[in-house]
Amino acid sequence: MADGLTKSAARNIFYGGSLFFFLLFAALTAHSHWYMVNVSTDSEGLTDSVKHGKEVWEKNMCINCHSIMGEGAYFAPELGNVWERYGGLENPDAARAGINAWIRAQPLGIEGRRQMPAFDFSEKDMNSLIDFLEWTNSINDQDWPPHPAG
Amino acid sequence: MKYETQKVALPFFVVAMALFTLQIVFGLLAATVYAWPNFMAEVMPFHIMRVSHTNLLIVWLLIGFMGCTYYLMPEEAEREIHSPNLAYIQLAIFAFAGAAALVGYQFGIHEGREFLEQPFWVKILITISFLMFLFNTSMTLLKGRKTAINLVLMLGLWLAAVFWLFAFYNPTNLAVDKLYWWWVVHLWVEGVWELIMASLLGYLLIKMTGVDREVIEKWLYIIVGLALFSGLLGTGHHYYWIGAPGYWQPIGSIFSTLEVAPFFAMVVFAFTMFWKGSRNHPNKAAMLWALGCPTIAFFGAGVWGFMHTLSFVNYYSHGTQVTAAHGHLAFYGAYVMLILGVITYAMPQIRRVQPYNQILNMWGFWIVTSAMCFMTFTLTFAGVVQTHLQRVLGMNYMEVQDQLGLFYIMRLGAGVAVAVGAIMLLYSFFGPAREQVPAGGTQITAGAGSA
Repeated sequence: MADGLTKSAARNIFYGGSLFFFLLFAALTAHSHWYMVNVSTDSEGLTDSVKHGKEVWEKNMCINCHSIMGEGAYFAPELGNVWERYGGLENPDAARAGINAWIRAQPLGIEGRRQMPAFDFSEKDMNSLIDFLEWTNSINDQDWPPHPAG
Repeated sequence: MKYETQKVALPFFVVAMALFTLQIVFGLLAATVYAWPNFMAEVMPFHIMRVSHTNLLIVWLLIGFMGCTYYLMPEEAEREIHSPNLAYIQLAIFAFAGAAALVGYQFGIHEGREFLEQPFWVKILITISFLMFLFNTSMTLLKGRKTAINLVLMLGLWLAAVFWLFAFYNPTNLAVDKLYWWWVVHLWVEGVWELIMASLLGYLLIKMTGVDREVIEKWLYIIVGLALFSGLLGTGHHYYWIGAPGYWQPIGSIFSTLEVAPFFAMVVFAFTMFWKGSRNHPNKAAMLWALGCPTIAFFGAGVWGFMHTLSFVNYYSHGTQVTAAHGHLAFYGAYVMLILGVITYAMPQIRRVQPYNQILNMWGFWIVTSAMCFMTFTLTFAGVVQTHLQRVLGMNYMEVQDQLGLFYIMRLGAGVAVAVGAIMLLYSFFGPAREQVPAGGTQITAGAGSA
């Protein structure tokens, strides 16, 4: 296959090519960073409460059951668009109350259904978590998921 | 075993296999919850099982890579390990950090970002241990012979450490968080870990087939070149739906399609060297692993990755059981099989006996590998059904999950078979050595003269 290719030529192609592709990748990442901060996400809306909501999200390791923007465990529903699913785009207050009530109702204890643990959130933590989910829903993510069902 | 310090690898292999066993235990528990949702719901919720399962995998693979490196480095560099004591200390630190993280998870102590859940101080310990490891092996390399095998291996390990540093960066903006999170997660498994994989495979092939080093090392550069040329921009297939610019859709689609190439090259490479080989190596079980690893990696990482990597396919399949299917076979084929293969090759020499328990080892190979394939098929079927019902028809998530019960039960069965095969493998590695050699003239005897 590569009879005309010497080992040192192959080595040089590897090092040179890899460096080239790495620099290209780093440059595109830098641009993507700029794009995310300035275009696709709501930087102004990234309030202290949203920030705290992300901490609540991490502290309770929601990611190891749920997915968010398609990443995480595949054991429980997608939450990147849960705000939309609860009608938050039309009626924010109802969506907020709905998500709050749903989390407070856990575990449902229905036999044969996956159980979400009870999380004893303070009102502040709960509101921040929902703010975080609302903010995440607003990310311009190329129109994913294809259906509000998540 | 030509060098005394190669035995440094033994405790690494023992710890790696202990954690591998635990990984399977947590995998079985989690698979049981999929089949019977109320199982242990109050004692150990699903997310604790899942974080334990995935983190154990990462930790044992890293410890396995270290063991493999300590084993081959003296032979490649033609000198003893710089400091065996440093190796034992860094293993102790790494194992302690891993164990502490695992215990902590049971009590909800973690950082809550997928795969990077380790608490901050555990991350620090892992970094310290890894730097000690890199210092120890790099010193050995610096003073010794530099071959393409150990240079590419060390490059892979150093870059793994560099990209690990992104685990310490957690921006508030979720989109930016994900952008750099993949600098660890993707650039490891679809980038620099492939350097580690290809060089270890090259080492096994040199040792077992007797093919000229020059030929194997040229191939090695071609393969790792393909891996990085495709894998770096292939990160784009994770940037489709996280708020990144639209240009990642064509870039990610094209370059992640090319990611199949290095895996295909590894299959061609391994089998070509096997057929060209003149040496009839007595460790036929290790040869089986060396051929099986690139083959399953090609299907798991290559074919199953390609199945849902094009952006217009991924739009529908992203984050479904299709991803889980791909993840299981890719990790197993590329990295689990590689380390099990190196252990199979190295253990007889570390124990200073002829290749032993080979029939048992090969049974373990076939049982675990078949079971992992079956698990992948069931999850793929589940994922295709899920994609259609949820993403096309728009049914609710939990309603769709109710339709998938049969697949999850079959997956649990496959998991039980994996556990059985794994026990056989552990016994074949560490149990009493019995002289078992397959009858001569089997297909897995290298060299034309042996057919």
